[in-house]
Amino acid sequence: MEKWENNKAWFLVVPVLAFVAFSALIPLMTVVNYSVQDILAPGESVFVGTEWFKKVLHDYRLHDALWRQFLFSGLVLLIEMPLGILIALAMPKKGWGVSFSLVTLALPLLIPWNTIGSIWIIFTRPDIGLFGAAINSLGLAFDHTRRPLDAWITLMLMEVWHWTPLVALLAYAGLRAIPEMYYQAAKIDGASAWSTFRYIQLPKMRGVLTIALLLRFMDSFLIYAEPFVLTGGGPGDATTFLSIYLVKIATGQFDLGMASAFSLIYFLIVLLLCFVFYQVLQNVGKGARI
Amino acid sequence: MACIELNEIAHAYVRNPAGESDYAIKRIHNVWDDGGAYALLGPSGCGKTTLLNIISGLVTPSRGRVLYDGRDVTAMPPEKRNIAQVFQFPVLYDTMTVFDNLAFPLRNRGIEKNEVIKRVHEVAEILDLTPFLKKKAAGLAADAKQKISLGRGLVRSDVAAILFDEPLTVIDPHLKWHLRRKLKEIHEQLKLTLIYVTHDQMEALTFAEKVVVMYEGEIVQIGTPQDLVENPEHTFVGYFIGSPGMNLLSCTLNGNVAHIDGARILLDQKTTELGGKARGKLELGIRPKYLELSSEPGKNGVPADIKAVEDLGSYKIVTLTLAGKTLQAKLPEGKPVPGGTAWLVFPPQWIRLFADGRLVK
Repeated sequence: MEKWENNKAWFLVVPVLAFVAFSALIPLMTVVNYSVQDILAPGESVFVGTEWFKKVLHDYRLHDALWRQFLFSGLVLLIEMPLGILIALAMPKKGWGVSFSLVTLALPLLIPWNTIGSIWIIFTRPDIGLFGAAINSLGLAFDHTRRPLDAWITLMLMEVWHWTPLVALLAYAGLRAIPEMYYQAAKIDGASAWSTFRYIQLPKMRGVLTIALLLRFMDSFLIYAEPFVLTGGGPGDATTFLSIYLVKIATGQFDLGMASAFSLIYFLIVLLLCFVFYQVLQNVGKGARI
Repeated sequence: MACIELNEIAHAYVRNPAGESDYAIKRIHNVWDDGGAYALLGPSGCGKTTLLNIISGLVTPSRGRVLYDGRDVTAMPPEKRNIAQVFQFPVLYDTMTVFDNLAFPLRNRGIEKNEVIKRVHEVAEILDLTPFLKKKAAGLAADAKQKISLGRGLVRSDVAAILFDEPLTVIDPHLKWHLRRKLKEIHEQLKLTLIYVTHDQMEALTFAEKVVVMYEGEIVQIGTPQDLVENPEHTFVGYFIGSPGMNLLSCTLNGNVAHIDGARILLDQKTTELGGKARGKLELGIRPKYLELSSEPGKNGVPADIKAVEDLGSYKIVTLTLAGKTLQAKLPEGKPVPGGTAWLVFPPQWIRLFADGRLVK
């Protein structure tokens, strides 16, 4: 191919570059800039190098928040992925039931996130909430504002209620895309329902499940609005996840330098884990090692 | 091994079929002999796949019974029938190795481990899959994948018949020939009943001992390739088999002469007698390759206008009009084609008469 002398075509990329710069690069670089300075007052700052990073890495409250975050995301994935797949398998394949179940499933996804927090505050209130009062009247003490375990249970219930439909919808789309032939062949081969699931449905859903897993991991790892509204991070620090802690540092203590360093580390953790998940899921069972 | 009997089968996909047109299969009543190689040939939408699925049990017919060796299996699911089916696109268990793919139907039936290993190796040997046994099935080429699908059928020692639903659709042309030959070999070696659905007449005629031609939910003819060419029992068979298909001209009979809008064609004694008994709308049919063309009127020549000549290398196709109707003649390469008007000769022994679409016999 002949190489063009005049590469004016590159100018066509400028609008996109400008857009990305304003929407992502410049804000990100601002954060990088803050992370190496101590902001004393507006317009007054001192260069501090990696000091904030060192401080963040040695902050035990942050360590606790990180482990809490891992526990939360791990539980979310362990519950939502299998549950979503089960729901997708149980959903009707034709008739009016399809649109009915799709719309019903999509409902939680359409509600604004902090509204969901408010709904669940009322739902689980020990005195008047349908759920909280019902549990208490059974003789089981339940109060998510005072008991850490109850706060976790409430959060998990809310999270599962809110996001399992997404996994189910993705899994359902994956299932519907499997040609009828595969089921017919499995029938002729005498495959059991479990084998059909294990060797046909699950491998064919690999793509959509990868997306579901990544989305659910990222969202749950970055969760903010719902616990902020429901528990405010309490009781104590019981539900203080990374982003809640981050906001406390940034807007509560106004430690912009430390918050920036923290943000960068947070960002890198999410990026790294997504990369690992993606690589593993792309290669599992594909015979890449043979 | 089994002979498969279809007893008064009819099938409609809609729940309450109102009339004839709702039926994908109108009425099929025939026997597929044990160990035969059949091709089920017909245009898209004629009910071939439905019929195949009825035989394998994937579809339960609305009416009629399916019998294997006299045993009624109509209500049995496919896994209970000793049958295998190969689909249009290769169906594989992607995450398994080739070995596990082949072993899958046996393991599902609880066959003992050593027997599984023995059978899989035997089948892999027949299909030339031995070098791939340890590989993942997902990474193989389309023809190897289709062989694995076939292997999953062959591996079961109880299989009575293997059904193929246009299995070579996704295979490259030069490998099609190879796979077709492989199928023939397997048929000779294992004496299995093979039923092969296709809309490609070349494939059907080369593969099968008997070709079953379907048209609009009915079987219109079962015969050897030669029967289909020389004695099509239905105008559809005449038209569908052969390239180009049979010339069909509506005609009226007057003694031993067929009149086609003024053109006169002489019939032999046998055809004349048959024609005398025929009732309904008459058509005269002749294969393009039997038509003779000359530049002289000759004894029985009928004048026709030449419209087009296509040279296909080893033969020529000449399109003519005769009394306003279009005909095609297939001439050997060396033969000169007269320009403008030519004289067509209809050899009487190759003329067939059809009444209301059916061969008069």
